Amino acid sequence: MDNFILAIDLALIIEKFVFITVIILTSLVIAMYTTYAERKVAGFMQDRLGPNRAGPFGLLQPLADGLKLFFKEEIIPNSANKFLFVLGPALAMITAMLTSAVVPWGNKVELFGRSIELQIADINIGILYVFGVVSLGVYGIMIGGWASNNKYSLMGGLRAASQIISYELAMGIALIALLMVTGTLSLREMVQQQMNGNWNILYQPLGFLIFLICVFAECNRTPFDLPEAENELVGGYHSEYSSMKLGFYLFSEYVNMFIASAVMSSLYFGGYDMPFVDETQLSANVAAIVGAAALLIKIVFFLFLFMWVRWTIPRFRYDQLMNLGWKGLIPLALANMLITGAVVLFLNK
Amino acid sequence: MNALTSRAKQVDRRPLSFMERIYLPAILKGMSITLRHFFKKKVTINYPEEKRPFSPVFRGLHILNRDEEGRENCTACGLCAVACPAEAITMEAAERLSGEEHLYREEKYAAKYEINMLRCIFCGLCEEACPKDAIYLTETFAPANFNRRSFIYGKDHLVIPHPQQDPEAFAKAKGLIDERKEKVKTEQNA
Repeated sequence: MDNFILAIDLALIIEKFVFITVIILTSLVIAMYTTYAERKVAGFMQDRLGPNRAGPFGLLQPLADGLKLFFKEEIIPNSANKFLFVLGPALAMITAMLTSAVVPWGNKVELFGRSIELQIADINIGILYVFGVVSLGVYGIMIGGWASNNKYSLMGGLRAASQIISYELAMGIALIALLMVTGTLSLREMVQQQMNGNWNILYQPLGFLIFLICVFAECNRTPFDLPEAENELVGGYHSEYSSMKLGFYLFSEYVNMFIASAVMSSLYFGGYDMPFVDETQLSANVAAIVGAAALLIKIVFFLFLFMWVRWTIPRFRYDQLMNLGWKGLIPLALANMLITGAVVLFLNK
Repeated sequence: MNALTSRAKQVDRRPLSFMERIYLPAILKGMSITLRHFFKKKVTINYPEEKRPFSPVFRGLHILNRDEEGRENCTACGLCAVACPAEAITMEAAERLSGEEHLYREEKYAAKYEINMLRCIFCGLCEEACPKDAIYLTETFAPANFNRRSFIYGKDHLVIPHPQQDPEAFAKAKGLIDERKEKVKTEQNA
């Protein structure tokens, strides 16, 4: 263990530090512009123009929104638990950012004579880590909803908790089927296996569908946005929040969407594999850039899918949500797992 | 029972089929509809830059006309006030003194002429009642304001700009009046 720590040289620390900063800034900027894109897409799908006043095409709108949130008055309700009230949005934001640590953003880059991996940490249980952190994410919502001391916030928090528990099961089982196919928990290895163009979606179409639906539920996106159902719960778990604390909640949702899109692309759509391009022919740096671009395109597609679905279908009723989760998705995921297991066993013989 | 209209539809209460119960085909159909709307022409009009053209019979704020020499047409006969169904017009008449011939066209004029834009229903009956070609409705509408008092428009708001002192503004306002006269005439002929 001591040797291991000593083996980490200064350059590696600097490299990782710079990379972490870049990743966090990128995900923040992308999340910012996802809010802009959300409003634009909403507008376009409703035959409107969307925000177009701040800057060309309204491109400065997210900056204006952020600035507004910063300058708004901070209100902490008298009867709220002050510590937990502040902890809630902080937790939501931290857990949203943490997941990006294990996502492989691209292949190796040769810079300054060093071979740099475009991944913060290639841990061999990467996908378990993602699951762990994502489950923590609900604490931010629950704590915020409870600390507000408001019945609507509490209802929102409760809904978020039960919804995420219900859908995490189906998500996990759908993923087990995928793990049986890939035989690894490391996200980088999974992506490497898909580099030849045989994406996991080809082996696990049903698994992907279940996973996608569960991701919608985990991100609290329509049709599963019951924790913040405006027309029944005021604002849901963030009813009492104002200023940047509200901003953090809203923002963490978009960061979550971004990371979820990245994870989905890595698991089922080949991550940084550009289809119809043989990366081994290219030099390392070009291949890394092409790969990162491919991943970004996939992420943007999934972000668009999130919005597309949001502005198409209405919210589920609560009993429908639970029925779909427990009676629909979990049996389906179990069947998928069993069949996959049988096929894997049969082929390995 | 007979249907009241030809559009009545029998509600289908059969239980959902399997394809309907898994929702996905319906969701995909809905998504194709929203995607089509994504690429449709947008109906928004960017207001301050673009303006929606008014209908030819649009009736907006009033204007009190002057003749070419800048004399006010209004003689304070009160026919507009009588015609007004909303009782929005108030006026006080005064006699033209010698030396004021360049200000008023006839011997009597309106010393005070007020229209309460909150009462006005923009029906245009004042315009029809006027025998002196004095009051017209234009294509502008009352701007927003903070108190009720400022919606009572006096002569300072209503009278058309002076043709000699501000010929440009006069020509613009006069043009609008003439255009409107033209429109009303073609409408009456049609």
